[in-house]
Formats: sequence, C-alpha cells, structure tokens
Amino acid sequence: MSSLQSFLHMGGYAIYVWPAYVLTFIVLILNVILPLKREGQFFRALVERKKRLEKAQ
Amino acid sequence: MFEYFYKYGSPRHFYDLSKMFVPWLGGICLILLIAGLTGGLFFAPPDYQQGESFRIIYVHVPSAWMSLFIYVVMASAGAISLVWKVKVADALARASAPLGASFTFLALATGSLWGKPMWGTWWVWDARLTSELILLFLYLGYMALQTAIDDRRTAARAGAILSLVGVVNIPIIHYSVEWWHTLHQGPTITKLDAPSIHPSMLVPLLIMAFAFMFYYAAVVLLRARYEILENERNSAWVYELTEQRKG
Amino acid sequence: MTANSTFAVFLAVLRRDLLIGLRHRSELFNPLVFFFIVVTMFVLALGPYADTLKQVAPAVIWVAALLASTLSLDMLFHSDLDDGSLEQFLLSPHPLIIIVIAKILAHWLLTAAPLIVAALFLGLMVYLPQSAIVPLLLTLLLGTPVLSLVGAVLGALTVGLRGSGILLTLLILPLYIPVLIFSVATVDNAAKGLAITGELYFLGAMLVLSVTLAPFATASSLRVRFG
Repeated sequence: MSSLQSFLHMGGYAIYVWPAYVLTFIVLILNVILPLKREGQFFRALVERKKRLEKAQ
Repeated sequence: MFEYFYKYGSPRHFYDLSKMFVPWLGGICLILLIAGLTGGLFFAPPDYQQGESFRIIYVHVPSAWMSLFIYVVMASAGAISLVWKVKVADALARASAPLGASFTFLALATGSLWGKPMWGTWWVWDARLTSELILLFLYLGYMALQTAIDDRRTAARAGAILSLVGVVNIPIIHYSVEWWHTLHQGPTITKLDAPSIHPSMLVPLLIMAFAFMFYYAAVVLLRARYEILENERNSAWVYELTEQRKG
Repeated sequence: MTANSTFAVFLAVLRRDLLIGLRHRSELFNPLVFFFIVVTMFVLALGPYADTLKQVAPAVIWVAALLASTLSLDMLFHSDLDDGSLEQFLLSPHPLIIIVIAKILAHWLLTAAPLIVAALFLGLMVYLPQSAIVPLLLTLLLGTPVLSLVGAVLGALTVGLRGSGILLTLLILPLYIPVLIFSVATVDNAAKGLAITGELYFLGAMLVLSVTLAPFATASSLRVRFG
C-alpha cells in the first residue's frame, strides 16, 4: 500500500499532476457525453413536432 | 472508384457508415490510453530535474499537438467544402472546432499546472503558451462566426474561409510570437524543451499522442453525425429515423 | 479606355467610395477621436511621468491605432449592404475582385492618412524619442494597409450579422498580432538607436502577402455570404 501512496503522492507534485489528469479526463468525457445528449434531444424534439403535426391533422 | 468515395460524401451514407466506425475507433483509443498511461505513470522513471511533475507531459504535449492538428484538419475540411462542395466536410469542420478548442484549453491548463512547480508562477508568457492562447482565440472566433450565421450552409462556407485565413496566419503568428519572446526574455531554454528524451519516456508520449488521435477520430464522427442531423433536419431520411427510434 | 474597361470600373468605384467617405466625414472622425481617447486612457492609467511613458509609448500608440482601425472597418461594406449596392457589385459583369481592391484602397486612403498624422502628434505627446517618430510613421504606413486588407476579408465575412461589430473585433485582433509585434519592435529599436531594417522587411513581406491574398479572399467571402 505504501507504493500506492507514494504513487499518488507523485514525489510531492500531486497537487499539480493529478488535477492535470483529472481535468483532461473530464474534458474528454464531456466531449463524448454532450453530443450524445444533443442527438437525443434532437430526436425527441423532432418526435414531438411530428406528434403535434399528426394531432393537427 | 471515385464514385465509391463520392457516395460517402453524402450525409445519409456518412451517417450510417460512421455508426460502425465510432465504437472501433473508441475501442482502439481506450487501449492506447491504457497503454500510454501505464507506460507514462508507472514505467517511465522520474525526471532528473523535474521529478514526478514531468508526468504532466503525457497529457500536455498530446493536447498541444492535437490542438494544432485539428485546426489543420478543420481548414482542410473547409477547403474541400469550398472547392468540391462536399456536405460531409461541412459537418466535420464544424464538429472539429469544439474539440480543437478543448485540446487548446487543456494544453494551456495542463501547461499552467506544469509551469507552477517548474517556473514558480501559474502563467508565463513563453512563446508556446502565448501561441496556444492565440490559437484558442482563433478557435473561439470560428465557433462564434458559426453561431452568428443562421443558415448552416453559409455558416460552414464562411467558417471555411475563416479557417483558411487562420491556417495561413498560424505559422506567421507562431514565428512572430517566438521572435517577440526572444526579444524580451533573452535566449532561455524553457524547461519544456527536453534536449534529449529517453525512450522509456518518449514511447508512452507517442502512444498517448496516438490515443488522442483515435479519440479525435471517434468523437469528431460522433459530433459530425449530430451536425449532419441538424443540417438535414428537413429531409425525408431524418424523418424516417425518428420512426425507427420511436418504434 | 472605354467606359466599360476594367480599369474604368476600378477608378469609378474608387472615386465613389472616396466621395462617399468624404461626404460622411463623421464616420472618419470617430475612429480618430477614439485613437486619441485610448491613448489618453493609457496615460491616465500609467501616470504622467515621462520615463514610464517613454518606455511604453510605441506599444500604447500601436495598440490604440489597431483598435481605432478595427472600428473603422464597419464603413467598408455595411452601408453598401444597406442600400443595395453590394448586391449590384455581386451582379456586375465586372470582376468582383477589382471592385473589392478599389474599395479597400479607398478605405485605406480615407482612414490611414488621418491616423498617421494623429500618430505624429500622439507620439510627441507620449514622449516618444525623436529617433523613433519617423519609424513609427513608417510602420503605420506599412501596417495600416495590412489592417485594411485583412479587415476587408473578415468584414466581408461578418457584414450584416447580429453583433457583427464585436464579432469582427474578436476575429480580427489575433490576425493583427504579427503586425503589432513587428511594428512595436521596429519603433522600440529605433528609440534605442538600433537597426530596424529586418523588422521593416518583415512588415513589407506581410503587406505583400496581404495584397496578394486578401482581395481574392474578400471576394470569395462576399460570394459565400451573398451569392
């Protein structure tokens, strides 16, 4: 476990190294999630519009 | 043979085809990421001068490389869109911009986090960071132009011209900023310039660079699919897609 | 020279834009006043002492000139879009690029001359050393055409859009950075008595590059935006 601790400690530079990696992964993951969400919203809006048009007819 | 490619310039076929590619590209990216990170975080020895903090290089440098690479891809897609009027190129260009901006932001942020233990300050106007900051402005400007123009086709073509103007200017700006920096700070070698880098440190870096490339490939397709849907929202095939998804 | 020859068209558009500009003198006046105001703001922020001002004088004058120049870009295409002349230019059988070059030249003649004269006075006001005054004017002479040319490209891309004023500024300032860096370096070197030929050559190179590429890019931008 001490090797895990020393790994996380990063020779004292932990407050610089880990935020860098965490920030990177957050940005990378966001860039995957956001387009997927928007595609879902797009289709939901389109389906709603279709339902409204069908109801109007 | 030309018709084979020409077919995939059509948004509809691109939409169908890209669905197959994204998981594979994403999978390769994941494998490369794991390989690069284990190599960079575990197997590479700590740096003689910088200790463990140099490990930021494994996200900083690939981000910086991607930020430049994506701009070139964006400009190329723009050129293809202007010359051959390929609709898919429009989608790819517009999809690339937020990714390029993200990588530029990451290069700046991780560079800042690397700079603090090394130089003692959170920000230094060194030539490369300053150039990256200007690149971020160029990306944001491109995205602002796209949002300002309502007609998506016109927006894509206007963006294409802007990115071509940008791509011509980037070497000029980069050279000017480098020259400006030597004017004011003398010929110091920044710590980001590793004079020679040991293979055990270099290999994970290259793996990470490839990992980021596959990430870009996968995610730009993902985003481009959405752009194509927006571009073609009034067409029949998009309408039919809603049937498939609902049912 | 027939009435329809390309050169006649060039002259006609040049003459038209110069006349319109001279008739609406306030449009030319405002960027000039802005130039003075911005320099004054810097002085107010930095303090009145000659030793501080002398050091930052080249930078302050050039940044202010850049901003003032950006403001003046609106006049290039905006009024033409509003009154329908832009459409006429696009429909004209004459090459759009010739019309564009004429307009850019008119814009430069109208906006750069006052700016350069103002810079002379402002340079003295911020204690710019004597040796640097002529180099300052020289850099403006070489730099302002680049500003007009690159400004024309981006002005054509953004004319008529929502928020086009600030959008144009955002897009264009990064592209002005090389001109800024080398102009200020020239004036700084001149103030210290060092050589300036290298920097001037670079400014000249940027001018040549802009003259070669910008008109074509401007014409393309107009076609993209308005067909």
